[in-house]
Amino acid sequence: MAKYKNHILVCAGTGCRASESEAIAVNLKRSIDENNLENDVQVVRTGCFGFCEKGPVVKMVPDNTFYVQVTPDDAEDLVLEHLIKGRKVDRLLYVDPETKEQVSDSKHMDFYKKQIRIALRNCGFINPENIDEYIARDGYSALGTILDEMSPESAIKIIKDSGLRGRGGGGFPTGLKWEITRKSESDQKYVVCNADEGDPGAFMDRSILEGDPHSVLEAMAICGYCIGADSGLIYIRAEYPLAIKRLKVAINQAREYGLLGNDIFGSGFCFDVEIRYGAGAFVCGEETALIHSMEGLRGEPTVKPPFPSVSGYKGKPTNVNNVETFANIPAIFLKGADWFRQIGTEKSSGTKVFALAGKVNNVGLIEVPMGTTLREVIFDIGGGIKGGKKFKAVQTGGPSGGCLTEHHLDLPIDYDSLIASGSMMGSGGMIVMDEDDCMVSVAKFYLDFTVEESCGKCTPCRIGNKRLYELLEKITLGKGDEGDLTRLRNLGNVIKDTALCGLGQTSPNPVLSTMDNFPEEYEAHVKESKCPAGQCRALMQYVVSPKLCTGCTLCARVCPVDAISGDKKMPHFINTSICIKCGACMDKCKFGAISIQ
Amino acid sequence: MSKVKNLQDLKKMRDELKGKINLREKSDHPESMVQIKVSMATCGIASGARETMNYMIDELDSQAIDAVVTQTGCMGYCYAEPTIEVTMPGEKPLVFGNVNTKKASEIIEKYIKNGELVDGIIPDSYETIDGK
Ligand SMILES: Cc1cc2nc3c(=O)[nH]c(=O)nc-3n(C[C@H](O)[C@H](O)[C@H](O)COP(=O)(O)O)c2cc1C
Ligand code: SF4
Ligand code: SF4
Ligand code: SF4
Ligand code: FES
Ligand code: FES
Repeated sequence: MAKYKNHILVCAGTGCRASESEAIAVNLKRSIDENNLENDVQVVRTGCFGFCEKGPVVKMVPDNTFYVQVTPDDAEDLVLEHLIKGRKVDRLLYVDPETKEQVSDSKHMDFYKKQIRIALRNCGFINPENIDEYIARDGYSALGTILDEMSPESAIKIIKDSGLRGRGGGGFPTGLKWEITRKSESDQKYVVCNADEGDPGAFMDRSILEGDPHSVLEAMAICGYCIGADSGLIYIRAEYPLAIKRLKVAINQAREYGLLGNDIFGSGFCFDVEIRYGAGAFVCGEETALIHSMEGLRGEPTVKPPFPSVSGYKGKPTNVNNVETFANIPAIFLKGADWFRQIGTEKSSGTKVFALAGKVNNVGLIEVPMGTTLREVIFDIGGGIKGGKKFKAVQTGGPSGGCLTEHHLDLPIDYDSLIASGSMMGSGGMIVMDEDDCMVSVAKFYLDFTVEESCGKCTPCRIGNKRLYELLEKITLGKGDEGDLTRLRNLGNVIKDTALCGLGQTSPNPVLSTMDNFPEEYEAHVKESKCPAGQCRALMQYVVSPKLCTGCTLCARVCPVDAISGDKKMPHFINTSICIKCGACMDKCKFGAISIQ
Repeated sequence: MSKVKNLQDLKKMRDELKGKINLREKSDHPESMVQIKVSMATCGIASGARETMNYMIDELDSQAIDAVVTQTGCMGYCYAEPTIEVTMPGEKPLVFGNVNTKKASEIIEKYIKNGELVDGIIPDSYETIDGK
C-alpha cells in the first residue's frame, strides 16, 4: 500500500459539485501523475465541509490549508506550488470577513472554532463511497459490540441515558420512543428513517446522507436490534439524487461486507434496508403522512394516536427517526452516554446541526453544542451581518417556527428555550434577517409556502391559512386596517388549536411571532401605509423634489405609463395614481431630484 | 461470502485500515503532536530536503511517534539547507539546519524523544514560517 504524505480532500457535496469540484479532483489527479507524485499524494472526494457558499472547497492534509472557490484551472497550481514548492496559493485562501486577512488553515477559521461535530463527524473527512474509510473511523464497531455484548434493553438504556432527543423537529426523547416500539408486540416491526427534509433552505439531512451514509445505516440496524425489527426503510425525496446514489452505494457495500443482511456479526440478527422515494411534499415529512405515502396511499396525515410506534407502516409498530438523530447514535455507543450528556444543556444534550442562511457573512452548515447562544452562531460562526448592516431578526424552525429578535440574541439554543420564546428548534433551518427585511413580508413568505404545501384534508389549515395569507397580502398592499391585525391574531390562534396535523398546528407561528416581536412594523403598515423596511413596493411613492428638478424632461420621456407631467424647465410632477413604481425615472434623473418616500 | 463474520474480523479490519486515514486523524489535532515543517524550496530540494522528509515520515511512523510532517516554502536559510522546523506540543518552534538523514535521526532520537538539544539549531529569533 502506498504511504501517502499528503491527502487532498476535495468536497464532493452537492454544492461544490455544482461548481465543478469533480473537474478539480480530476485535474488534481492528472497533475499529480504528471509530476510523479502518485505514491505521495492521494485525492479524496469527501462530503460537505459546510462551507458551500465559498465552494468548491479543497483542504490539504496534514497542514489543514483550506482553499475556497477553487476552479478546475487552479488544480495545477495547487500541485506545483503547494505540494511541490511548499508555498500556499494565497489567492485561494479564505479571507476573514472582519479582519480582511487571509486565514491559512481551517483550525484558525472562526467558522469552525465553536463547532463540535458529532452528527457531521465524518462529513468532509472520509470518502462516503468507501466503506473502508468508515470502518477505519470505528464504523460498525458500535453495532458489532452491541450485537456481541448487549441486550436490546441495555442498549436502549444507553440511548435513554444519553438524553438524545429527536432532531427532526419535535425533540421527542429517542430512547423512550425505542422502548415504546420495543414494547409493542407484533410479528413484524419496522425502522424508518425520515429523510424528507422539506423546510425551505434546509440541507442538514442531505449533507449527512451524502457525506456519511454508513452512520445512518449502522444506526438503523442498531435500532432494529433494539426494537425487534428486521426491516429498515429510508424515505427520501427524489430531488436528492446524489444522496440517493451514495446511499445505494453504501447499502451495497454494507451487504457485501455482511454488515447488512442475514446473521450480522454471526449473532443471528438479520436486518436490511430499502430506499423509498418521496415526491417532495413538505407534509410527507410528518410521520403519519410519510407512512401513508410509503404504503402507496395519499401523503396525508392521520390523527395520532395511534402513534407509529404502535401502529405504523402496514399497521405494524414502526419507529420513525430523523437522519440526524440516527447519525448521533453510533457516536453515543462508541463514546458513552455520559460523554454525550456533558455536551449541550441539561435537557437538550449533544449538538444540533443548522443550515445558517440569509444575511450573514458565512452561510453554511454548522454543528454546535446545544446551549450555544444565537449571538455566537450569528456573530462568531456566521461572521456577523453582511455589508455591515444591522441585525434585525432570525427565523428558526422554518415555516413552523418564529422570528426572534435582538432581545433573544443571548438565548441558549435548545428545544425548550426556543419554544418558550415563541419559536422552535425545527429541523435546523436558521435564516438571518437585517434591517432591510420587512417582517410582514417574511410572514407572508412562509404563509405562501404553507398554503402551497397544505394537504387540504382539514378545513382550518386548508382555508384558514389561505385567509391568513390574504390578510397579510392586504396589509403589504397598504389596504389593511387595524381590525385586520385582530383578525390575524384570532384566526392564527384558531388554526393552531384546530388543525389536524403539525403542519397546520404550527403554520400561524411565523405570523404570530412577528406580530409579537415587531408590533410597530405591522402598525406602520396599517395605520400610516408605510413599510419601515422599504420593501413593500405598494407602499412606496416616487416623488419629484421641486427644488432639485431642473425640468430637463428626461423622466417624463422614460416613464412607460406617462405618469410624469411638467413643462420644460419647470419642476415635474409624478401622478402617484398612475405610477407603477418601476423606478426608471429615478435611474435616469441626473439631478437626484426623484426619491422614494 | 461476507467479509465480516464477527466482531474480531471487524476490529482486525479496522486496525489495518486505520493507516489509510491516520494522516487525516493527526491533522485534526495538530496541537497535540510533534509538528515538523520541511523547507522544500528549490534550494532545499537540491540539497536533499525530499530525502530528509521521506526519512522523517517513515522513521516517526515506524516508531509510532505522533507527528505531522508538512512541507513549507523557503525559510531563508539557503546556506543551511535542508532546514526543518520542529514544534513540540506546547513549545516554541526550533529550526535546525543541514538536516541530512543522519541529522534527522539524531533530532528524532535526542530532541523529539528526550527533549535534549542537538547541534545545528539556527538561533535567529524569527517568525514562524507562514506566520498567519
Ligand atoms: C409538517 C411536518 C413536516 C415534518 N417534516 C419532517 C422532516 O422533513 N424530517 C423529519 O425528520 N421530521 C419531520 N417532521 C417530524 C416527523 O413527524 C417526526 O416527528 C420525526 O421524523 C421523528 O423523528 P425524530 O424523533 O428523530 O425527530 C415533520 C413534522 C411535520 C408536522
Ligand atoms: S393541518 Fe394542513 S397539512 Fe395537516 S392534515 Fe390538515 S390540511 Fe393537511
Ligand atoms: S429627470 Fe430629474 S431633473 Fe429632469 S425633469 Fe425629471 S425630475 Fe426633473
Ligand atoms: S416609477 Fe416608473 S411609472 Fe412611476 S413615474 Fe417613475 S417611470 Fe413612471
Ligand atoms: S457542498 Fe462543499 S462545502 Fe458544502
Ligand atoms: S410588507 Fe412590508 S414592511 Fe412591508
